[in-house]
Amino acid sequence: MSAPAIAPTAAVPALTAARRPRKLTVAERTLASGLRVLAVRRGSVPLVEVRLRVPFAGRSAGHTAKAAVLGETLLSGTADLSTVDIAVALQEIGGSLHVSADPDRLLLSGNGLATGLPRLLAVLDDVLTGAAYPADEVVGERDRLVQRLHMARSQPGVIAREALLRRIYGDHPYSREMAEVDAVAAVTPAQLRTLHRSRVIPAGSTLVIVGDVSPQRALDRVEAALSTWDGGAQAKRAPRVPPLQPGPVVLVDRPGAVQSNIRIGGRALPREDPHYAAMQLANLVYGGYFSSRLVENIREAKGYTYSPHSVIEHSTAGSSVVTEADVATAVTAPALLEMRYELGRIATVPVGERELGNARQYAIGTLALSIATQAGLASMLTALLTSDVDVEWLREHTSRLGAVTVADVAEQAARFLAPRALATVVVGDASAVRPSLSTLDEVSTE
Amino acid sequence: MPLRPVQIPSMSYPVERSTLSNGLRVVISPDRAAPVIAVAAYYDVGIRSEPEGRTGFAHLFEHLMFQGSATLEKLEHFRYVQSSGGVFNGSTHLDYTNYFETLPANALERALFLEADRMRSPRITEDNLANQLAVVKEEIRVNVLNQPYGPFPWLLLPPVMFDTFANAHNGYGDFGDLESATVQDAASFFERYYAPANAVLSIGGDLDPDETLAMVERHYGDIPGRDAPQRPDFTEPDLTQERRAMEVDALAPTPAVALAWRVPDPADLAAYLPYLVLAEVLTDGDSSRLRRRLVQGDRIVTSLSGYLGLMGDPFDVRDPTALLLQAHHPQGVPVERVITGIDEELRRLADDGLESTELARVIARIAAHQLRGVDSILGRTLAMAIAEQQRGRAELVAELPGLIAAVEPADVIAAAAQLVPQRRAVLELAAGGAK
Repeated sequence: MSAPAIAPTAAVPALTAARRPRKLTVAERTLASGLRVLAVRRGSVPLVEVRLRVPFAGRSAGHTAKAAVLGETLLSGTADLSTVDIAVALQEIGGSLHVSADPDRLLLSGNGLATGLPRLLAVLDDVLTGAAYPADEVVGERDRLVQRLHMARSQPGVIAREALLRRIYGDHPYSREMAEVDAVAAVTPAQLRTLHRSRVIPAGSTLVIVGDVSPQRALDRVEAALSTWDGGAQAKRAPRVPPLQPGPVVLVDRPGAVQSNIRIGGRALPREDPHYAAMQLANLVYGGYFSSRLVENIREAKGYTYSPHSVIEHSTAGSSVVTEADVATAVTAPALLEMRYELGRIATVPVGERELGNARQYAIGTLALSIATQAGLASMLTALLTSDVDVEWLREHTSRLGAVTVADVAEQAARFLAPRALATVVVGDASAVRPSLSTLDEVSTE
Repeated sequence: MPLRPVQIPSMSYPVERSTLSNGLRVVISPDRAAPVIAVAAYYDVGIRSEPEGRTGFAHLFEHLMFQGSATLEKLEHFRYVQSSGGVFNGSTHLDYTNYFETLPANALERALFLEADRMRSPRITEDNLANQLAVVKEEIRVNVLNQPYGPFPWLLLPPVMFDTFANAHNGYGDFGDLESATVQDAASFFERYYAPANAVLSIGGDLDPDETLAMVERHYGDIPGRDAPQRPDFTEPDLTQERRAMEVDALAPTPAVALAWRVPDPADLAAYLPYLVLAEVLTDGDSSRLRRRLVQGDRIVTSLSGYLGLMGDPFDVRDPTALLLQAHHPQGVPVERVITGIDEELRRLADDGLESTELARVIARIAAHQLRGVDSILGRTLAMAIAEQQRGRAELVAELPGLIAAVEPADVIAAAAQLVPQRRAVLELAAGGAK
């Protein structure tokens, strides 16, 4: 652990000795089908959390659309069960099951009363081995998805996100988190059945179970319940991400907008990289938590924005760092100037020991908080699988954070947070913000 | 699949309560499973208590409570919590304002000190007020003014449903009102509403109750006591005639509609809980009544939800409050079709009753949802704080699943029969952003 984190105000009580979290014991088994199963007992409430991660990368816009519709209709019936039958079966155990698709994977997230685990697994088996994609249901869900995509794309945050992803990923599938309406409308039930057969497969998939359950019995139950889920070939991974080409500020016009959505993004180190802890702390000091330079500058000193922040996002084929700030239209250029100043500062000037110590304690403490609930632990374990690291990573990461030096932070900040390494997107009223933005940088309009 | 109603599990959490000589009520609930603690201070003042001409003030004041305090400079509160490995937040609701943090257990006394320091005296200055006024305006822009569906329905429905300023006004605040707020307003608001006797301090997690109470005495004991304000009577008569309004959302691509009915005083749980169950019977998941009818059957609705409380939490609000149903529908679907479908399903439920397993499975869902919410020490500490403040019963957190399981079919049917057109407020949201 580090030196005292902040200058002590006389009256503020000191921290007492840190208490160690209980050791995390994970039971694990890989089934003959290739499905990897992890189970952890966490008896805090009589519930169980389930996450099934199925690799689902694809290369085309058509795949993004098919994956999205498949996610909406995986629970829409089997040969024997209707949508309502499946929903009833889950509701009876106080349960629910949701499916989401992203450019890396299909994720089935479920939970329910712990006594309902056998039922939850039975429903999983029903849909994994028997999802029928009934034509009528597919048409209904497809139409609703089109409507929801229109609604999502009316949100400035979504417009900004899509523009930034295009900017930093070019034509890579990671630029297409959200499906295109036309492609969705063209998806057929037959395509979904084919896609399910070839890609909703146990090889490469991982099932995480956390809750008030016996881990060994949970593994046995999974093995029995999912014994007929097999087939398919090899899971596919997303292709390598292309190098980032920093360029002009991309300005997306939203006439009359009262705010501008500023996004600055670039590459980041993945969790498994030995320098990741230093990158994480560099990002925290810069803009990754409330006590960061970015928040203290553009929120607490200047009042430009409500919730500025910088996050590192992990995908299988590469990680990224993204700063977001939604600022009043009138201060768009001044806010971007300050954001770039803070990026430039952390990339060129060593951080203070105290700043580093504060960020370090925050990273260590919040890592423990994030896995203190059943749902948090289940999601964290699933996220680690995206990075191809195992549970030991959690424990080791605390030590790695403890060992990071000011020089380590400087090195990673210079690589990943330097303004010239990053792309900028601004969504806002172009006529109002272009003139002042143009004083800072070249601006291209999208 | 065999139908066998599941047993609703019961929980039990220890609760130690005491009241300091200055009137501060304290509830402490140890749980040593993980080395984590949470501290929450709940003040019994919210949006409803704002004076006329000062809309949004309770929320602006919440921001000011983070700007330094008796012994702490601006920014120090954030830094102390986060550099101890914790997270913090605050929020403003209709009937209360809360401040909370969750941290590693070794920061317990520090957290208590930080909360006590601002109950003693926040550092409210012209500079801090101007800064947080700007921040709050950006918060309103990001969540309301620049956001499709941003004010729908929580800011738009109250003025349709209610007549008094307290219940009807915009709790985020009018920019003109916010700009006219002064340091003196803030000082008076603090003096009046932030008395120890108007607050509940809830502490949970890996702690020893006796040691914790001693820490509370140490840091809060010498904060001078002052009288808690009398809570005004906010009640209003129920509607006897349907009220309707339409608002245009310039950013929304498709229309939406919200319907709301008054429900019994949440203080009377036996009368109130059937409405909680009813909202879930109508809208929870693909087996719910309204999803089956409007989403899967008629296919005239894109998304649908139903809940108690204008801000979405059934157990953190006092009377008067409401059951809400809201739906987004395609531009080509007349809103009357959606409303008629809802009316027909409500009548069918009131006339024909529930399906054989319908109540049991909805109760299982609500119980699981409640349990999930109190799995985190923070979630449980917050739930205990509000239950203690509004009901004098932090233990309710553990008792709720059992109380919900006791709701009878006849109670739900009777509740459905109350959701008639002449008692409701309807807000139609027109899609100004439709292409």
